Amino acid sequence: MIRVNGRDREWEEDLTVDLLLKKCKYTFPLIMIKINGKYISKEKYKNTLIKDNDEVQAIHSIAGG
Amino acid sequence: MNQWKENWSMFKENESAQESEKSQKLLTSFEFEPGRVEKGYTDRRLYINLSENKIEEKPIDSKVKEIFTGGRGYGMWYLWNAISPKTKWNDHENEIIFCTGPICGVTQYSGTGKTHVVSLSPETGTVNDNNVGGYFAPFLKFSGWDLLEIQGKAKQDVIMFIDGNQGKVIIEEILGINSDTHLLIEKLTEKYADDEKDRRNISIISSGRGAENTNLGILNVSWYDIRRKHVRVKQAARGGTGSIFRDKKILAIVIKYSGVNANSNNVASPELIRKAGERLTKEILTLDHVQNGMREIGTVNLLDHMQNYECLPVHNFKFGSHPDAFKVNSKVWHRCMTQKQAGDSCWVGCALRCSHGVDNFKLSTGPLKGEKVLVDGPEYETTAGFAGNCGCFDPNFVLEANFYCDNYGIDTIGVSTTMAFLMECYENGIINKEITEGLEFNFGNSKAALELIHQMSEGKGFGKIAGLGIRRIKKILVEKYNADAKFLQDIGMECKGMEFSEYVTKESLAQQGGYGIANKGPQHDESWLIFMDQVNNQIPTFEDKAEALHYFPLFRTWFSIVGLCKLPWNDIEPEDNKQKHHGIEAAKVPDHVENYCWLFEGVTGKHITPEELILQSEKVHNFQRLFNLKMGFGTREHDVVPYRAVGPVTAEEYESRRELYDQQLQEVIKFDIEGKTTEEKMKILRAYREEQYQMLCDAVYKRRGWDANGVPTLENIKKLKIDFPEIVELVKKYQS
Repeated sequence: MIRVNGRDREWEEDLTVDLLLKKCKYTFPLIMIKINGKYISKEKYKNTLIKDNDEVQAIHSIAGG
Repeated sequence: MNQWKENWSMFKENESAQESEKSQKLLTSFEFEPGRVEKGYTDRRLYINLSENKIEEKPIDSKVKEIFTGGRGYGMWYLWNAISPKTKWNDHENEIIFCTGPICGVTQYSGTGKTHVVSLSPETGTVNDNNVGGYFAPFLKFSGWDLLEIQGKAKQDVIMFIDGNQGKVIIEEILGINSDTHLLIEKLTEKYADDEKDRRNISIISSGRGAENTNLGILNVSWYDIRRKHVRVKQAARGGTGSIFRDKKILAIVIKYSGVNANSNNVASPELIRKAGERLTKEILTLDHVQNGMREIGTVNLLDHMQNYECLPVHNFKFGSHPDAFKVNSKVWHRCMTQKQAGDSCWVGCALRCSHGVDNFKLSTGPLKGEKVLVDGPEYETTAGFAGNCGCFDPNFVLEANFYCDNYGIDTIGVSTTMAFLMECYENGIINKEITEGLEFNFGNSKAALELIHQMSEGKGFGKIAGLGIRRIKKILVEKYNADAKFLQDIGMECKGMEFSEYVTKESLAQQGGYGIANKGPQHDESWLIFMDQVNNQIPTFEDKAEALHYFPLFRTWFSIVGLCKLPWNDIEPEDNKQKHHGIEAAKVPDHVENYCWLFEGVTGKHITPEELILQSEKVHNFQRLFNLKMGFGTREHDVVPYRAVGPVTAEEYESRRELYDQQLQEVIKFDIEGKTTEEKMKILRAYREEQYQMLCDAVYKRRGWDANGVPTLENIKKLKIDFPEIVELVKKYQS
């Protein structure tokens, strides 16, 4: 189990940041990712693995109306 | 067009004196000393009473300046003093007040051209505020006025002309002119400008016949687009301000001012302003194309994201997405919009340039059928309302509806939300072809939707009912057609009498409050917390949500008291904003808050901290809540939103997101769903969600210094120094 934005989510093997974003349907282009508080730059999304019990923050920079 | 009563002769150079005399008559004129702006203020207001043909210069009291800062704050105060609790929107004493603000007109920072408008709304019956781009407010201030305050009603249509350089105001009675914006503003710009170059020095406020025949009237505020050689417009749209404008028989207000320069505000510290401006402009130019693309297509960029995150209102807010949404997505608007690589600034010096237009759009219906026109927009709200909420996913329909609403002077948000409600009523058999006078008003019927826009604007057919807005339509349907009042309350997306703007809030409790507790009604300009709450989950507790519903509405209020646009605050942000700052702090965009402190100090010479900035807003925001109270609206019962904003009203809605709702019932509410019908599950979910909303209100009221009924406490109003005797007396009445 991992937590994404404070909510529980099933963990799976070989789960990268890229794959997590797809599974969460997080399509917004401006998302800042932190894993266990550590900032992950966009170019590392493809190769950064998320481990079981990790705490992921996916903060959308959207201002809205 | 020939069917209209037209009289453009007065605009022709070769018009005979006799013809001119017949069609226009000077009612009154007034001379004043032109502009004397000192550190962002003129400290005087231009008062016009149309019933009495009176024009006066009035001072702005230093205490009013100290407490209310400027802009909307001033507008609220002077309206409060002009009306009584019994005043109705169409009474003579109601005013339309056009406000500037100390930072208004600064040309070195983006988004400083907003006109803020205050009046008593025909939709809500209480105080309303609008903000709108265009050149009007800066020209007004540089002409020498912090405010333009208009009271009374003319007997016949009038045009007001303010010449800011010559120091003259003229009010003329004009007969036989169609009030629709499109032709009127082109003609008036031509008439009042000395030459092509001078057209840039003209700004016009106009509306249209839709404002005359509905409660959904808007004001169009113009500026001249030198690249296109066309007059462009932005809209003060919510609450029916245009209907008041036409009720006062104002055809147009024309202002002319030449000589805008980098220091027209006669500021205290140009260096501070330059520092803030350079920092923001650099961010916009380097980051906008990878952030929100405001310079490319403007606010309609939001549509794709709202669709992807289930926040796009579809079929009267039933659903949050639709398979056909791709037909009106960003790619489509990229193709349609011209000059998209760097849109247009609706005031000098704005680098965000979010104004866009579609040139040479051929109209297929209505009085201008066959004409090729320039459509301003479309903005996100217009597209989401007409395409999503009405289920008409056709860009040409959106453009045509957008054009005609602007031209007729009616609100695209109010109109589309009202039509979506009527479409749901039609599909449920609450109304039928007999009532709609032949219109088949199903979701997706764009032809019928356009026909209704024309009918509303002309005050004909079913349009007479539709133009009243949802609250009044509900009453008619219940009283005249025996409709189920409870169901209409659930699906009629209005609060305080104003229609919701275009976001689905079912999964964001904070945004439900953002709409419901908003002073003027459910418009997102007071707070927009959907992603912070629903997606980012940054404000999980009631206290967190209450804090957000304290800070953000106040911060957004500040723009309206100093004369700014909200967009450059958070529709662009520093690249490292979310690395430097966390959670709710990052959402405040601290570097930009610092810019605003520099701007305020730079213009006025008064040092200000971020906390003091919020305090300035808090005075005005609380005063507006008290204004609602004065008009009989500012209590808890008026903050209740329709259940459609909170959860699924129908089984169809529940089933469309069954997994989500079932999960909430099991994991959060601990309700065993085994063997339960959809209706049984809906009932439990509803009880829970409605209770949550009330608990949110409790938390927000407490954070804002209001009592359990939503009334600001005496202690709070004293702290804010707005404890005027009339207010203390008013609050005391609600203390028992």
